[in-house]
Amino acid sequence: MKSFFKISIALLFALTLLVGVAAAGEITLATTTSTVDTGMLDYLIPYFKEDTGIDLKYIYAGTGKALEYARNGDADVVMVHAKSLEMTFIEEGYGLDRKEVMYNNFYIIGPADDPAGIKGFEKASEALAAIAEAEVTFISRGDNSGTHVKELLIWDEAGIAPEGDWYIEAAAGIGPTLLMANEKGGYALADNSTYLAYTFDDKIDLEVMVEGDPILFNQYSVITVNPEKITTVNYEGAKAFLDWITSERGQQLIADYKKFDTQLFYPNAE
Amino acid sequence: MELDTIRYLTEGLWQALILIVSFDREVYRIVLTSLYCSVTATFLGSAIALPLGFFIGGFEFRGKASLVTIFNTLMALPTTVVGLMGYSLLSRKGPLGFLGLLFTPWAVILGETILCIPIITSFAISVTQGIDSKVRETSLTLGASPMQSYLAVVREGRIGYLVAIVAGYARVVAEVGAAMMLGGNIRGFTRTIPTAIMLETSKGEFALGIALGIILIFLAFSINIILHRLRALGE
Repeated sequence: MKSFFKISIALLFALTLLVGVAAAGEITLATTTSTVDTGMLDYLIPYFKEDTGIDLKYIYAGTGKALEYARNGDADVVMVHAKSLEMTFIEEGYGLDRKEVMYNNFYIIGPADDPAGIKGFEKASEALAAIAEAEVTFISRGDNSGTHVKELLIWDEAGIAPEGDWYIEAAAGIGPTLLMANEKGGYALADNSTYLAYTFDDKIDLEVMVEGDPILFNQYSVITVNPEKITTVNYEGAKAFLDWITSERGQQLIADYKKFDTQLFYPNAE
Repeated sequence: MELDTIRYLTEGLWQALILIVSFDREVYRIVLTSLYCSVTATFLGSAIALPLGFFIGGFEFRGKASLVTIFNTLMALPTTVVGLMGYSLLSRKGPLGFLGLLFTPWAVILGETILCIPIITSFAISVTQGIDSKVRETSLTLGASPMQSYLAVVREGRIGYLVAIVAGYARVVAEVGAAMMLGGNIRGFTRTIPTAIMLETSKGEFALGIALGIILIFLAFSINIILHRLRALGE
């Protein structure tokens, strides 16, 4: 038994060295599931490291949760897409620098047979109203994410409070929500990047029903956490990320990110 | 695009083989992180739980029955609850925030240590209670010191205690709730096999999820073989 302990202690020691200690040049980014599920972040990180030497670690959840992590001091910078939640974050004093970074558009997607007959509708609110009227399955993010906030905005414009067995609150990221909509043959609100990424990778079989309505415009922004409010954040690192992603280099990299030759996000920093 | 279970299983098996043989860097990193966290947690948990179980099981005292019940109940502690409580402790905003442990492997280890203590303790209590009191008495009559007599009891129950450790390990190696909340599933840093499986399946990469699952089972199998060899050596 003695040797067993010696061996295990030696093993643990060796593993400790392998896992590595937290480096000084590192930041934690709290972001949304769409930037992760599309593979966009994993694509950007090595370039960021190459250009600035900073290690970027990210944690992901819906926009609401990401901002909550930042409020608790567990993130140095956030990349999210719900302006109302972002503004509250800044007004509360937690956010310092905010810059708009890239955009994409939301689609209302659904099964090919389109039971609610909304294909080609121009107004998103009218499409959702038709879905509610027909009581066809709709999968909501239900998690205070950017997508969820947008969805509620559209229901609001339609003047409807959705409820019933057909309205499913998945409380999941965009990826699992799309998979669920696929399984149940239902409708959902999805950003075009994740929708395309999943369609190209052959994971879902859903079609675009409604697009182009101005309300479906989806802006992503980066906000640094205010070092005066949360003294433990790495503000220099966070600012470096903000500057990098809005620089020509960062913006070009975003434009270059493609899946199956299709650009997923559109850079629009000023 | 139907859900074809057999297809996923065979694809998963094939992918698992390729990932292992090609020394896929990312997968090996995930496996190493998993091992590091679950083994350390089991080690620390056992260091606390085995003596605890020994004393609770081996001695009579007031409130013993209640204590045993408490540990039995704690075995059913949901991993997400431990994750949530750990998060509120380790978050910058929390009392232990200054340690800066959140979203690092050590946060995962902390959570998993807490998770495995109840089960190892419960097993150890049961093992200790099951040891014939004659073992201690006999060693004393043969001239052993009190300390040595207790060690004789430990020796008698060593197989049972080993099972307790394995049970604790099984509890933590496959858990997701605590690792996810406390580690953050950060690539190359706190991504364990179960959290990686969760990520890949949520991304729709089912075959990869199964491949990782197969690797996890293979890992558990190997560790069990090692432990059985050590047990045989000790006899």
